[in-house]
Amino acid sequence: MTERPPILELRDIDKSFGPIDVLHKISLKVHEGEVLCLLGDNGAGKSTLIKTLAGVHKATAGTILMDGEPVEFNRPRDAADRGIATVHQFGGTFPLMSIGRSFFVGVEPTKQWGPFTVFDRKKANEIAVKAVQDFGITRINDGDRLVGGLSGGERQSLAIARAVYFGARVLILDEPTAALGVKQAAHALRIVNEAKRRGLAVIFITHQVMHALAVGDHFAVLIRGSVAADFRKNEKTREEITDLMAGGESMADLEASVEGYVESHEGRLPPTNADE
Amino acid sequence: MNAFGHFLRRPEAASIISLLAVIAFYVIFGGVDLSKLFGAASWVNFAANLGIVAIPVGLLMISGELDISIGAMIPAGSMTTAILSGYYELPILVGMLGALSVGVLVGIVNGLLTVRTTVPSLIITLGTLVAMQGIILSASVLLTGNASVPLDAPAWAKFVFGQLIGGSHQIIIIWWVVLTVIFAFVVHRTRYGNWIFAMGGDRDSARNLGIPTNRVTVILFILSATSAAFVGMCQAILFNSAQVSGGMNFIFNAIVSVVAGGVLLTGGFGSVIGIFVGTLTFAIVNQGIYFTQIDRNWSNLIIGVILLVAVGMNETFREKALSYVPKKKKT
Repeated sequence: MTERPPILELRDIDKSFGPIDVLHKISLKVHEGEVLCLLGDNGAGKSTLIKTLAGVHKATAGTILMDGEPVEFNRPRDAADRGIATVHQFGGTFPLMSIGRSFFVGVEPTKQWGPFTVFDRKKANEIAVKAVQDFGITRINDGDRLVGGLSGGERQSLAIARAVYFGARVLILDEPTAALGVKQAAHALRIVNEAKRRGLAVIFITHQVMHALAVGDHFAVLIRGSVAADFRKNEKTREEITDLMAGGESMADLEASVEGYVESHEGRLPPTNADE
Repeated sequence: MNAFGHFLRRPEAASIISLLAVIAFYVIFGGVDLSKLFGAASWVNFAANLGIVAIPVGLLMISGELDISIGAMIPAGSMTTAILSGYYELPILVGMLGALSVGVLVGIVNGLLTVRTTVPSLIITLGTLVAMQGIILSASVLLTGNASVPLDAPAWAKFVFGQLIGGSHQIIIIWWVVLTVIFAFVVHRTRYGNWIFAMGGDRDSARNLGIPTNRVTVILFILSATSAAFVGMCQAILFNSAQVSGGMNFIFNAIVSVVAGGVLLTGGFGSVIGIFVGTLTFAIVNQGIYFTQIDRNWSNLIIGVILLVAVGMNETFREKALSYVPKKKKT
């Protein structure tokens, strides 16, 4: 394959909120048709990183490049216009809206009705149902159903189908499997593979190493706002990754160091790193 | 059967059942003569005055906000009209524009405070409610030396805003029906309605999807405050005078009507038709009791029960709507 610039690249991204540094010199790349798994424990900065990519936050320093060109996201809309779509844990965020209506929130199809421009419900429903069926969810066949009535996996599929329909090139999946059962999670992972097959770049955020290994091509472990490890498929075992997520050292070492500290400090626990 | 199931999943289903239940209750236990009830003006007048305010209040609730400052905006509307056109004898058009401008202004204040701060809109509008009461009272006493101001509106204004059709039905009923049709069209048939529901479902996501949530919120607050001022203005023109008191009942009456009409208190679900029917139901309970042999002191009990039953039904029907899975194939 010829060396094409990555669809999305981060170079030395810093993000701080006032005096608190949340992200520190993050550099990552993701190519078309590739799944980048972002692993990290709670508080590692995953959410902040996603929000920076989605245009919710603006990076304090560093560059975001798309197709080799530097880009700037001032608003979520800027990122969306460039084809970056974020799908959150629960997929559809409008549980009491119909499939057709929620699919087109903000970009509703309209038609002329006499002198008035009205929402085209039939068209919206048809497009939404077809888009989600193309992802293999054939059980959804009525666009008037409420999103809240779908299963977790179906909602994820709907959200991903929506992103793809609106021309997403980079799909950010924020813990898509966290709230799902085993079967549903397998389903969601199949959809990730389908998105990848269609040439999308997928950034898959999770703390479940098994799920990451099942679909990932490229892995990055985030610890306290920095990329602690960056490796490709089959370069590390599951145990190594778990240990990395637990703090860059093996679980055993960690426990030993905590115990040692407690003994030498009159029973006090080690300080956290919040004040660093 | 299918059509009935479809009906039950709509947001206004419970309100229509409540309406029928209330009428049936009055007929069976109150000995109401239906022809007399439907011929009467009192409850329709009551419903129209309330309904014009209830719809924008309901839309705000669908979008996830609450506006209780309407309680002060009704006397604000009538006092502004009466002071400008009655006391200062300016043309009635000036008084009317003044009243509506006060509505727009308070709506903007409510809206901006809501989108710029993290204070819940219930508290913000509670503040503007009390503040507006103070402003109306002191402005009235300061300018006119009185808390009640007479107004003599010209014939055309009376005809359009303060007419009694057939000597009993206020013309505001027609305004109510027309406004309901317009609101229902905009909310359920155009894209803007979709935005309101999306905002009530999840404001952050709606904003991220490109909906101008702040602008829509401010516009909705302007609509509710202005609608209340409009009702006050019509009342001043109809009754030839305006008082600083009154209007506080509208707060709870509007909220009861909206919730009984199937709007979810936390936002994201509801319909204009539901609010319309909820207002009718409330008006019949509240005013229809005079047509029964029931002691009218019981009417608040009935309202309370209706509210609880309606909300209970709303919950059930919403569950139904959520769990609805269509049959394999329907042709």
